[in-house]
Amino acid sequence: MEVFVIRSLLTASLVMCASIAYSAISINGSGSTFAEPIYTKWFSDYQKKNTSAQFNYQGVGSGAGIKQLLEGTVDFAGTDDPMKTEDAAKAKETVLHIPIAMGAVVVSYNAPIEGKLKLSGSVVAKIFNGQIKKWDDVEIAKLNPKTTLPSLDIVVATRSDGSGTTAVFSEYLSKVSSDWVGKNGKTVKWFTGSLGAKGNAGVAGLIKQNPGTIGYVELVYAKENGLAFAQIENKKGEFIEASNASVSASAEGVTKEAIANNFKLSITDSSRKGAYPISSFTWMLVFEKMPKEKGAEIVNFAKWALSEDAQKTAGAINYSPVPKEIRNEALKAIAKIKLQ
Amino acid sequence: MSRTSQPYLLALKRRKIKNNFMIGLIVLLSVLAVIPLFMVFFHIVRNGFASLNFDFFTKLPAPLGEPNGGMANSILGSLILITFASLIAVPIGVLSGLYLSEYKNDRLASVLRWTVDLLMSIPSIVIGLFIYTLIVLPMKSFSALAGGSALALLMFPIVAKTTEEVLKLTPIHIREAGLALGLSRWRVILFVVLRGKSSAVMTGVVLALGRVAGETAPLLVTAFGNRNWPKSLTEPTPSLPVQIYNYAISPYENWHSQAWAGALTLVTLIFVINIVTRLIFSKDGLSKSHL
Amino acid sequence: MIAVFVICVFGFLIFYLWDGSLPILKIKGLSFFFESDWDPNSDQFGALPFIYGTLLTSVVALIISAPIAISTAIFLTEIASKRISKPFGFLIEMLSTIPSVVYGLWGIFVLAPFVRDYIQPVFTNYLGFVPFFKGPPFGIGIFTAGLILAIMILPTITAVCREVFLSIPVSLREGVSALGATRWETIKTAVIEAGFSGILAAVALGFGRAMGETMAVTMLIGNRPDITFSLFAPGSTMASVIANESPEATSALHTSALSAIGLSLFLVSLAVSGLSRLITQITKHRLAK
Repeated sequence: MEVFVIRSLLTASLVMCASIAYSAISINGSGSTFAEPIYTKWFSDYQKKNTSAQFNYQGVGSGAGIKQLLEGTVDFAGTDDPMKTEDAAKAKETVLHIPIAMGAVVVSYNAPIEGKLKLSGSVVAKIFNGQIKKWDDVEIAKLNPKTTLPSLDIVVATRSDGSGTTAVFSEYLSKVSSDWVGKNGKTVKWFTGSLGAKGNAGVAGLIKQNPGTIGYVELVYAKENGLAFAQIENKKGEFIEASNASVSASAEGVTKEAIANNFKLSITDSSRKGAYPISSFTWMLVFEKMPKEKGAEIVNFAKWALSEDAQKTAGAINYSPVPKEIRNEALKAIAKIKLQ
Repeated sequence: MSRTSQPYLLALKRRKIKNNFMIGLIVLLSVLAVIPLFMVFFHIVRNGFASLNFDFFTKLPAPLGEPNGGMANSILGSLILITFASLIAVPIGVLSGLYLSEYKNDRLASVLRWTVDLLMSIPSIVIGLFIYTLIVLPMKSFSALAGGSALALLMFPIVAKTTEEVLKLTPIHIREAGLALGLSRWRVILFVVLRGKSSAVMTGVVLALGRVAGETAPLLVTAFGNRNWPKSLTEPTPSLPVQIYNYAISPYENWHSQAWAGALTLVTLIFVINIVTRLIFSKDGLSKSHL
Repeated sequence: MIAVFVICVFGFLIFYLWDGSLPILKIKGLSFFFESDWDPNSDQFGALPFIYGTLLTSVVALIISAPIAISTAIFLTEIASKRISKPFGFLIEMLSTIPSVVYGLWGIFVLAPFVRDYIQPVFTNYLGFVPFFKGPPFGIGIFTAGLILAIMILPTITAVCREVFLSIPVSLREGVSALGATRWETIKTAVIEAGFSGILAAVALGFGRAMGETMAVTMLIGNRPDITFSLFAPGSTMASVIANESPEATSALHTSALSAIGLSLFLVSLAVSGLSRLITQITKHRLAK
């Protein structure tokens, strides 16, 4: 009886496999959880018109994505933190960083506070250092004189995996606080007593489920989950709320720098007016030399992603479009990709 | 002391109180054991049922944050992985079990037995990493092949052990009868001994299946995951446990309900496997073996 | 022939673990297992936090689970009527077939909030001065992870204890009872004391299983490579750090450190299950006499 069951299961799955076999090529990517929402949305839109390829992306963190790209187990990687020189050296071919969108890392929280919470860079740095432990701490109250702050303990949620979001956030902290200099990166040694979760999704989940928690997540995740997030003081002393406009403001006038650095540019702590200080690009990493079949599909997708339509879609789901000049430069770089 | 003296009666009273107390405590603790069981079942059934719908069984996952979508590809992926794993683990496991029960005194057999026992104690994540180095890296791709192999490595010791135990119980006269009829040793083993205990052996296989159906950690680094239908054995393949894990740690309510539905599906599948096993076991009249 | 193949595969596995662990061990030697600084960013690796986390969660699991499991086994073999013990036993066995990830799911959405809202406040309010119970109520952490482990190893310990108790000859119980012992006294002498080594073996088996659990623990422990005294703080175990960090370890040293942890986890689970089997063998021989 059991042999029969097993045999029929086997036949059934083989048949299903055979009938589903498209001639579509499978392209696999992995990495940044920040970019996961936009990739999955883009794939869904792109595949409606182009059935020659099927894209699969897994959000496992920028660190894991880069590792898998280097090991060749994925065809492209998504990252919010440019590859380190040591890692780039390990690659067999040069890796191209294509800036496909921009986003904001917000300081999100779950606390009974009316109105918008205002935080300065140094206060944020102290909270995430464990130095400010209560919501009604003097320093927080100073920035929010008209708001009643609860007397809860602050529970800090961070990333436990290698994350581009962490890299961006900690880089910002290192620019606004001397305590954080040199401590930034995809993984940070957080203080004892903070919580760790996997992916932007994990941190958002922690914040959502536990009152009193504060954490850093990409804007998309905070908005999708109805989480409150703070207005952060930028270099000009303005308290800015993250939005498409304020993120784009961070990227004003950086085209030359971007090109000079092969698009690997950090835009945190911008000194522009109206800029949100914890903004960043997110990149799609591909090799400059790719095998013909897969490479062609990837190139087509990348070109489409940088088009007006795709960038507008991104804008609609809380990602900021890449400034036009930078996009044009990126398209030029993509044109140089060799397919063999 | 006499049966009716004061000190004796006093002591007896104390002993009786202690007796009632301890028995009461034991019953209480036993009930306590059942409470989490019921709670787990209750929640799985209640939350899972609420999210079960036709979509769940037929649709692919929707883009992040969008409503609807299903886990159809994960269910299919799991079936593919388990089938593949069985194709490897069952023949090798049964033959190993056979070998161990027939040649139990060989030095090679002892080493093999030792190996099987050791394999049982390896944490599944370690096996996943081993397959990652062995198969995923050289292939330069996550695949159903790798995932199935990891599951096979986990299934194999269970199948081998059960087969060995079951075959050991074959009375010697059956073997002797076979040999007396002039069959070679191998034929005796394959056609006489094995056939007699085939349903019991199958039980071991099915039990191993049940255990492996829920494995998550090794699949995270071998089959990885896929939002599309599984198309070939050499590509990243979705699976039910991995998808449940990804959805559970996400912040989306919609995904949480799908995770519960997935959990209900998975647990039901495993239960069915186990109950079928029990029915077959009782046919053979063997006592339960605990794995 | 097949035997050789199997042994080869296994040999590969051990070799791979060993070879992978070598780089980190060459640099740090045995102190790797005693240092607590884990910072992949600066290539600092000390495995102590994970050993601590694994041991602590498993011990918590045992303390909660063992008395309950043993009582349940006693209940099933000595006290309950056949009508109750059969379905009861069946239910407990079904509990053991639920996969780890499903326990994790239940843990995140049911157990953790329960601990956070009902159990932790009780401890922090009345016993907050004890370092074991300090800290804000996260809901997840060492205690919750230990609690879910307790639920997971309960069927294992119960099942093995039950086997042990069933294999004690009825005559022993009858003898003690005939001497005038109360029900409890009979159980104490004829069952618990007689089957003590079997109980130990069951507990060891449960302990081994708790140490190797990956998914449910990862989902409930808070993932922090820290050593804190408080049971309510987040932590990390050997299995969970391997599951979390292997997919992304780019530096060779990081990968090596994780291999070393994997190897030690394997060796420890081996030791524990070997111990348990040894006890079982001794018990079998003793009873056979």
